[in-house]
Amino acid sequence: MRKPEQELAEIKSMMERSTRFLSLNGLSGILAGTYALIAAGMAYGWIYYPNMPFGTDINTINQDDILRKLLTTAAIVLLLSIGTAWVMSQNKSRKRAHLFWSPASRRFMQALFIPVLVGAIFCLALMSRGYLVVAAPATLIFYGLGLLNASNFTLNDIKYLGYCQLVLGIISAFFPGFGLILWAVGFGVLHIIYGAMMYYKYDR
Amino acid sequence: MKGNYDKAFENVVRLRVMSILMVNEEYDFNSFKEILEVTDGNLASHLKNLEKQEYIQVNKSFVGRKTMTNYSATETGKMAFQEHLEFLENLIKENKN
Repeated sequence: MRKPEQELAEIKSMMERSTRFLSLNGLSGILAGTYALIAAGMAYGWIYYPNMPFGTDINTINQDDILRKLLTTAAIVLLLSIGTAWVMSQNKSRKRAHLFWSPASRRFMQALFIPVLVGAIFCLALMSRGYLVVAAPATLIFYGLGLLNASNFTLNDIKYLGYCQLVLGIISAFFPGFGLILWAVGFGVLHIIYGAMMYYKYDR
Repeated sequence: MKGNYDKAFENVVRLRVMSILMVNEEYDFNSFKEILEVTDGNLASHLKNLEKQEYIQVNKSFVGRKTMTNYSATETGKMAFQEHLEFLENLIKENKN
């Protein structure tokens, strides 16, 4: 018989590996945050420049071409972030000889992307009717809910990121003039902080 | 001493299979094979063994044309695993004293 400590460790590790997707890489969080900050900077240029990036109600985006540029940029940031996370997680899985495509990773993605997709469609629907103010709060809130949901299937720490996004989302719902700033804090700064923390804690 | 050392879990593959089924409602053959890194034959014989003891049950279904073999833990299996865990925990406690 093996040592009981070893035996228990074995059981615990199997339980974790079979339920949790552990290959998210902290660096991909940092990169996603960087993309978001660059995008927010560009959006600032289109919407507010040379004024401060807050205060003016976002309803002043009345030109269709600005809106189109904003939506395209948002879509590119989303795809780039998912792509980066995908590739880096694949590498991490390979390095640790874990599975990338497993029941655990499928459950994780389902938990995260169902709220995110519903949120994206919801935003597009309302924005197409001219309710542009929903953009920042709704993306933050749906993303926060997705993270919270997904925290059951990956490292638990991600739920704190989810809570922070939710708080920012609620604040930006009450102060629509700060939408861009709060969006940049949520998707940019928080991702970078979270990514760096995860990198130091688990990846080094 | 409380708990019971279960011979069924003496083998590491069976121990791992049961650990996975304790926290997953269902798990399919191919995913077992990949996560445990064992051969088809080896895995099949261990699964058969657990099935014979009625610790796990098999559910076959079709996904398109392929068969999908899913396994889940039975109540008997879960209880046996709990007992096994208890035994290990008590053993550790006793070793400390």
